[in-house]
Amino acid sequence: MKFARLTRHLGLAVVAFVVVTACGSTSSGTATCSTAKTATSASACGGMDALVAAAKAEGKLNVIALPRDWANYGAILDGFTAKYGIAITSDNPDGSSQDEVNAVQQLGTTSRAPDVLDVGMAVALANLTLFAPYKVATWSDILETQKEPTGLWFQDYGGFMSIGYDSSKVPAITTMDDLLKSNYRGKVALNGNPKQANAALNGVMMANLASGGTLDDISKGVDFFHRLKQAGTFVPVQATTATVKNGTTPVVFDWDYLSAAHGKDVPAWKVFVPNNAILGGYYAQAINKNAPHPAAARLWEEYLYSDEGQNLWLKGLARPVRQAAMEKSGKVDKTAAAALPAVSGTPKFMSADQATAAKNYVVAHWDAAIS
Amino acid sequence: MTVAGTPAVATRVGRPLLGGRRFSLDWVGVLPFFAYVGIFLLLPTAVVGIGAFFNADGSFTLDNYAHLSRSYVFKATITTTLLSLVTALGGAFFGALLAYAIVTGNPHGMLRRLVVSASGVLAQFGGVTLAFAFIASIGSAGFVYLFAQSHGFDYYAHGIWLFELSGVALVYLYFQIPLMVLVFLPALDGIKPQWREATESLGGNTWHYWRYIAGPILFPSFIGAVLLLFANSFSAYATVNALINQGSPVLSQQIAAAISSEVGAAEPGFAKAIAIEMIVIVTVVTILYTLLQRRTARWL
Amino acid sequence: MAVAMRSVQRTRRIKLQVFRIIVFALAAVFFLIPLAAMVEFSTRGINGERTLEYWTSIVQYPDMIKAIIASVQLALITSVAMLVLLVPTMVWVRLKLPQLSRIVEFVCLLPLTIPAIVLVTGLFPMYIWLGTNVSDSILTLAFAYVVLVLPYCYRAIDAGLGAIDVKTLSEAARSLGASWLTVMWRVIVPNISNAILNATLLSVALVLGEYTVANVLLYSNLQVELVHLGRANAGVSIAVAVASLMFAFVLLVGIAFVGGRRRRTQSEAVTNLGKGPVQGSAG
Repeated sequence: MKFARLTRHLGLAVVAFVVVTACGSTSSGTATCSTAKTATSASACGGMDALVAAAKAEGKLNVIALPRDWANYGAILDGFTAKYGIAITSDNPDGSSQDEVNAVQQLGTTSRAPDVLDVGMAVALANLTLFAPYKVATWSDILETQKEPTGLWFQDYGGFMSIGYDSSKVPAITTMDDLLKSNYRGKVALNGNPKQANAALNGVMMANLASGGTLDDISKGVDFFHRLKQAGTFVPVQATTATVKNGTTPVVFDWDYLSAAHGKDVPAWKVFVPNNAILGGYYAQAINKNAPHPAAARLWEEYLYSDEGQNLWLKGLARPVRQAAMEKSGKVDKTAAAALPAVSGTPKFMSADQATAAKNYVVAHWDAAIS
Repeated sequence: MTVAGTPAVATRVGRPLLGGRRFSLDWVGVLPFFAYVGIFLLLPTAVVGIGAFFNADGSFTLDNYAHLSRSYVFKATITTTLLSLVTALGGAFFGALLAYAIVTGNPHGMLRRLVVSASGVLAQFGGVTLAFAFIASIGSAGFVYLFAQSHGFDYYAHGIWLFELSGVALVYLYFQIPLMVLVFLPALDGIKPQWREATESLGGNTWHYWRYIAGPILFPSFIGAVLLLFANSFSAYATVNALINQGSPVLSQQIAAAISSEVGAAEPGFAKAIAIEMIVIVTVVTILYTLLQRRTARWL
Repeated sequence: MAVAMRSVQRTRRIKLQVFRIIVFALAAVFFLIPLAAMVEFSTRGINGERTLEYWTSIVQYPDMIKAIIASVQLALITSVAMLVLLVPTMVWVRLKLPQLSRIVEFVCLLPLTIPAIVLVTGLFPMYIWLGTNVSDSILTLAFAYVVLVLPYCYRAIDAGLGAIDVKTLSEAARSLGASWLTVMWRVIVPNISNAILNATLLSVALVLGEYTVANVLLYSNLQVELVHLGRANAGVSIAVAVASLMFAFVLLVGIAFVGGRRRRTQSEAVTNLGKGPVQGSAG
């Protein structure tokens, strides 16, 4: 009896000794980032290793409005967890950019508030006070026009507005005006409501450009959809993967990378970007000032802007912001880059003012135009 | 032994306090309910109502309530009220018929339990998936439509009405009818078969039975259920948003646009003002319902 | 006279059966066709072949079990809390404070008039306070859910209470020396057991199907996880919807069975009691 107790105590002591020395060696080996909350870059935090250690210590990351099928986010979420062992809580996958900002504001400093945001430009520009400045390691690869100077927001990926269609159910589309023909009756839908959704507003703007309009005046686009509605071509139903597969909405205006995802369900799905209306749009990353897991949030940004993260977005058929720099350095995923929808011509982008003007016009005239 | 006019037992349990005035403890009985509802319902409602007085930046404003007179809000109010009224009455009528068919069967039978459980599930079934269920069956690519079309009956010849208010009303009935069944069945259970037999022994027929006996007794529960169906339809959002995603014809969609718009059209204070307007409208309908209840109670 | 009455009753019974058959047939067509369309779609492969791959992917989803357990717990807590809060209050108002009945009715209708997306903005301050001072767990959603089920459950229980004579029953029980607890539990509740069952069914179904409040408060209940899962592809999104309906249906049938068995023994006891003197008197 006594001998058994002795060996047990000895065993425990050995285990304790091993554990203590193991712990001790990690803490003396690498510095930990204690000021993650206000760190404006990885170096300010004591280097990448310190950032990784601090993030692992936090152990969790809260993200919001990142559907798994949006620009290959599913693989990115899994890749981050696999690489660093940090569990990700992904909330409100169908949320809009405004919903993300609402959650940040309403959940304040609680532990379930989102750590990072992926928002449209209009929402990013309107909510600078909620973000913490941070510059990722590959900061210099991002063009000046695509980031905020102190790092409050920085663009991540983008694409071009397109018309996706099921070539087995409707004839091929070569110009925007094809849609006015009778074989598209009851088959065309927008991805969302332009008074609410970024993608839909850009869809109307693309129709505007293809109808001869300019970035400053979206009226021709609204007019185009009005004509579509009168002809019975435009249906107001919400286009989802299910309605596309089922054949109720075989023609959808959407970002090209989102449209391409329909190819999973519909083998004959094609994505068409009009030559005279190449309208691009980028989304932006931002870190919540009151992020409950600040080190993990910053590590997430580092991961997204690493070659690995950017290539995963490329696989999702989105155009990552560092694509040009990666092509020069040869680190780009060539097969994924080749799979991008072909675009010939100069892309146009709406400025903040143009987007506001478009929004104002749409809010005033859209409902009347399509009812 | 009782004195005429007084009950045999004391029905009030009041304890006389100082001065002999009977302090009624009856109000204590409803305290837990009102305390809970006060914290988790009335307080949030007040937060919403007061929040409508403030802008996004925190400054006080009456604009949000003033903007309720915007033409599209007015139009949406009329549309939503009409849609709710039609689906409430339609759902109540067909639901009452279905409930009657159930209650005249075996009260402990399998059919009743299955139908009641199914009603419970379907009463809460809505949103994008319910819309899709209809799209996949009677929609422009659905098997019912394709079948009808191949037999010469193209019911979308004049436009796809599934994506208009008439289609939305039909889809709403899908959850309104089961809801009616569930809330009306207990009232039908209270109908005693002896009343029917008594009517017949006095020479009355089915019409007399329903018009003078069962009808008046069921009427309060019936219109109470209509009120519930009205409010249910009035605040419904996801189903109509899936079918008519453009044009925001319904008030709840106007609210969603004001809260979630990511193109810069978000007006959180305005969303709260619309919500208060919805509460006011349902309050008005409730008052009308109360007046109707009082008038018909005289028949009893 | 008796013969004439019997033939009247027979024609009435036949007409009733015809009516029932027609109503059930129409209801079956209306309610089953959309469900059939969903099942067909969820088993339709990319090239039109039949496949079960979307259904099997549901069970492979890791976070599903956690979400199911959380939702079932929420359904249980919400139903019990709702019954404990609502039934005594409604009986009490009927007996003692009839002037409050309209107010209680209106208050119980209020949660339904405010769309969930706005109600949740009003609930935020309370949930922040709860999150920091009491608990961050998903089960705190029960507080909000009890409020959300009030309209439906009030109406069901009110219909049940209206069908029995609450005043007489309670006075009779009190005159025999019963406490209020006994009156509630052993006199009123068995008589409105159908209404209570329906209210429970509505409450469980609502909690299992609730999406908006949980989603905006960033909790992960069953419906939120289903939406996550449904983003994989179209077939999965419909398969999970049908699976969710079937799960709720099986659960509700189970509850209805348990409720039914209790009712059978109760009502047998009551009818046996009542059969005594009345049966003796012949017409």
